[in-house]
Amino acid sequence: MTAPKSQIGASVPRLEDAPLVTGRGAFVGDIAFVHQLHMRIVRSSYAHGIITAIDTAAAQAVPGVVAVWTYKDIADLPPIDFREGSIEKLSPFRQPVLATDRVRYVGEPIAAVFAEDPYVAEDAADLVMVEVEELAPVLDAAEAAGEFSPGHSTEPVICRQGYGDVDAAFAAADAVVELDLAIGRHSGVPLETRGAIGRYDAARDVLELHGAAKVPHRNRESLAKMLGRSTAAVHLYEGHVGGGFGVRGELYPEDILVLVAAMRLGRPVKWIEDRREHMIAANQSRQQRHRIRAAVDRDGRILAIDDDFYHDQGAYIRTHGTRVADMSCGILPGPYRLPHYRVNGHFRLTNKTPAATYRAPGRYETNFVRERLMDAIAARLGLSRVEVRRRNLIAASEMPFERPLMALGDEVVLDSGDYEGLLDKALARCGWEELEREVAHRRAAGEYVGLGIAMYVEKSGLGPVDGVRINVDATGTVEVITGGASIGQGFETVIAQVCAETLGVDYRRIRVVHGRTDRIEYGIGAHATRATVMTANATHVAAGKVKAKALDMAAQLLQTEAARLDIVDGEVRLRDGAGGPSLSLGEIAQHLRPVSPTRGERDPGLAAEGWFTTKHMTYPYGVQVAVVKIDDGTGAVLIEKMMIAFDVGRAINPALVRGQLVGGFAQGLGGALFEEFQYDERGQPLSVTFADYLLPTVKDVPEIDILIAEDAPSACNPLGIKGAGEGGIAGAGAVIASAIDDALGGKGLITRLPVTPQRLKALIDASAHS
Amino acid sequence: MTDKVEIALTINGRTHRVAVEPRRTLADVIRDDCGQTGTHLGCEHGVCGACTILLDGEAVRSCLMFAVQAQNRDICTVEGLQNGPELHPLQKAFIAHHALQCGFCTPGFLMLAAGALERNPDIDDEELVDLLSSNLCRCTGYENIVKAVQAARAEMKAASMKVAP
Repeated sequence: MTAPKSQIGASVPRLEDAPLVTGRGAFVGDIAFVHQLHMRIVRSSYAHGIITAIDTAAAQAVPGVVAVWTYKDIADLPPIDFREGSIEKLSPFRQPVLATDRVRYVGEPIAAVFAEDPYVAEDAADLVMVEVEELAPVLDAAEAAGEFSPGHSTEPVICRQGYGDVDAAFAAADAVVELDLAIGRHSGVPLETRGAIGRYDAARDVLELHGAAKVPHRNRESLAKMLGRSTAAVHLYEGHVGGGFGVRGELYPEDILVLVAAMRLGRPVKWIEDRREHMIAANQSRQQRHRIRAAVDRDGRILAIDDDFYHDQGAYIRTHGTRVADMSCGILPGPYRLPHYRVNGHFRLTNKTPAATYRAPGRYETNFVRERLMDAIAARLGLSRVEVRRRNLIAASEMPFERPLMALGDEVVLDSGDYEGLLDKALARCGWEELEREVAHRRAAGEYVGLGIAMYVEKSGLGPVDGVRINVDATGTVEVITGGASIGQGFETVIAQVCAETLGVDYRRIRVVHGRTDRIEYGIGAHATRATVMTANATHVAAGKVKAKALDMAAQLLQTEAARLDIVDGEVRLRDGAGGPSLSLGEIAQHLRPVSPTRGERDPGLAAEGWFTTKHMTYPYGVQVAVVKIDDGTGAVLIEKMMIAFDVGRAINPALVRGQLVGGFAQGLGGALFEEFQYDERGQPLSVTFADYLLPTVKDVPEIDILIAEDAPSACNPLGIKGAGEGGIAGAGAVIASAIDDALGGKGLITRLPVTPQRLKALIDASAHS
Repeated sequence: MTDKVEIALTINGRTHRVAVEPRRTLADVIRDDCGQTGTHLGCEHGVCGACTILLDGEAVRSCLMFAVQAQNRDICTVEGLQNGPELHPLQKAFIAHHALQCGFCTPGFLMLAAGALERNPDIDDEELVDLLSSNLCRCTGYENIVKAVQAARAEMKAASMKVAP
């Protein structure tokens, strides 16, 4: 085994895979504790109403039932707070752990049944009688606001951002292009449903949550605060996670309930969500309606954008507060120079399942909106869609490009990028001009075929800081302990590769520990495409320190200078291939043991801690091109060609980057064509199984040509890394809409996602008749 | 609640004697009563295929059967796919082709493909895509799953040629 194989830039196999392909993973449903109880939630079957009575007697009488709780049993618990701390204005809209006097969406937890067996818990839950006096639901966020509770409207806040003189720009414009656009309600829908196990270890006075994901350390802080415990007395454990996508790992009522029940009932409490529950209780996302207009000059240069959008938050404000709407405001301008900008995001509560983040939150939506606008500007001025984009792109020479906007509480500073360079590469790679000719020719012959393009800026590497600890044991095994989290993205492999490169060991000798609050004090997990950027850079710092310490110790033992030594494949030896004695890292670790006489004045252990701090996020960017063909008889969309060009700054493992881009696109395709949480006029959810909420299958996902560019390394971190996790999905809705619209003649008919076969068929029929 | 019945299930060649309610699904019994948690539950209504196992060599959804229906049948789960320490060609190919991310759907895809390749080693690409369209994956976009199964098909074919001169 030679070391270079495992270094940065190599598509090495993942460290994660062996247990996962042999059925030895530890997903939350696979974990069990002796004497555990099973929890089942009784949920509201009304979208909006007043609870007039709850009768739990019949449920309590079922043999095997240990307890049935309603809000009265947990009246001492506060509502679930925001991750970033209290926000006074939004506090009245937080979700109680169990509904008190009102229910506000179908699926809202009303009672919890605890039983010896999950089947018994489910039987008993069916016997809990809840009487509700139904109220009219609010279902359209863009209509007039209603009442959330006495004194509180369903519009808690309007998210406003902007700069410049928008009104003057519109007054001076040669043309104004105005659109009314909508994105449907969809979400991450991981294949593994949520789950949580609460366990109270009375011997150590530690409360444990198993099945944690995404942000275990942040959730520990929230839980400790909520339950009045020290963070040292609350520990979260992340096992395998069957897909995160923003949805999994947030704090939900069920997480609180298993913990409180574990303490009060004195037994471990396990809860595994079923699929129907997931579709009505886990965070939904995306639904927005934008009324957007652009002021442009005669050359197609955008002078100003003015956007009013309505963000459908659902019934309560969950842990993210207003983040998705805020980010929508901050990121909407994308890769374009935009002199004047005004956006008002109406943050509205409705009687639907609460919303929060889903992979590329705020970007999937606004990329669709902004790119529809770019296509519309091109159509209005008779310019090509490529040309109108090109004329508005921020130039490489303008980097770093500061925008007086905020996203995720961070000032938007586009750190590096050559947007036009990537556009040119993408156009050359896909043969754009030839595609344009072909498509025009086929359309003239009567085919519904279209070519679409989308450009977008992603964000990644949310700081401000991350730390890791590295320890090498006497066998030479390297343990990297991080506060990062793994949600299936290949985190362990990527972190091991970075450590391997810096330290000079084979990546397979590295064990990456993550998602465990009992192993490291701080961590901000895996969200916002931050894990690779932040944790890898912290790993680089810590591994550098370990290397220096190893060389220092080795220099004494080999009677030479540290500068003459290097570590290759876990062995310290003389640089430049000079022969002579060598020492393994394991041997050096032995010499650094506390009791070792050779250690001298050095601190014990071949170990170090490393921290990485960043001021700003880093911004990767992409271009997507699609060719679609529509079956005019059924409205079905066939993607004939798909290309994604994405600049990640520096790819640590290109195969995994590709996997992120392809997998993300496939997910985004679902939201573009099929996926939608629909509700009837009484607020009853209609999309509660995989038979009526359609995920893309292997037949729906096209072959995708991926161009990974490394032309613009991040200016924000020493490794130059930008994240890839959301790069595939972010532009998917935009490019598919552009291509379908082109297939219908480029008339701007595609104004909402998803473009389901039914809607498309109706559009085709209507345009055939007109 | 109903009375339990005693049944014997043969999973990966080993017999498990368990007492279960007749209404208990095969998937739950495999996982919770027999401790073979590699078979996953993604939807419990037969759509996602994460719970796919082989029953007498045929791929079935273990969430759509009762355990009592599987008595005297030969059950193979993902834990039984490898041959001692040697991974099945499909398992190796899934690793080599990065055909999994979170890995939750993986056991279902492995069993689905294993059953099909066992039955028809010459399955063509079109049939293969048809077959794989019966399971859902939310991470990979399927591209690498298809590649991995194709690679395993080739390897298994080559291996069988070697054995049968």
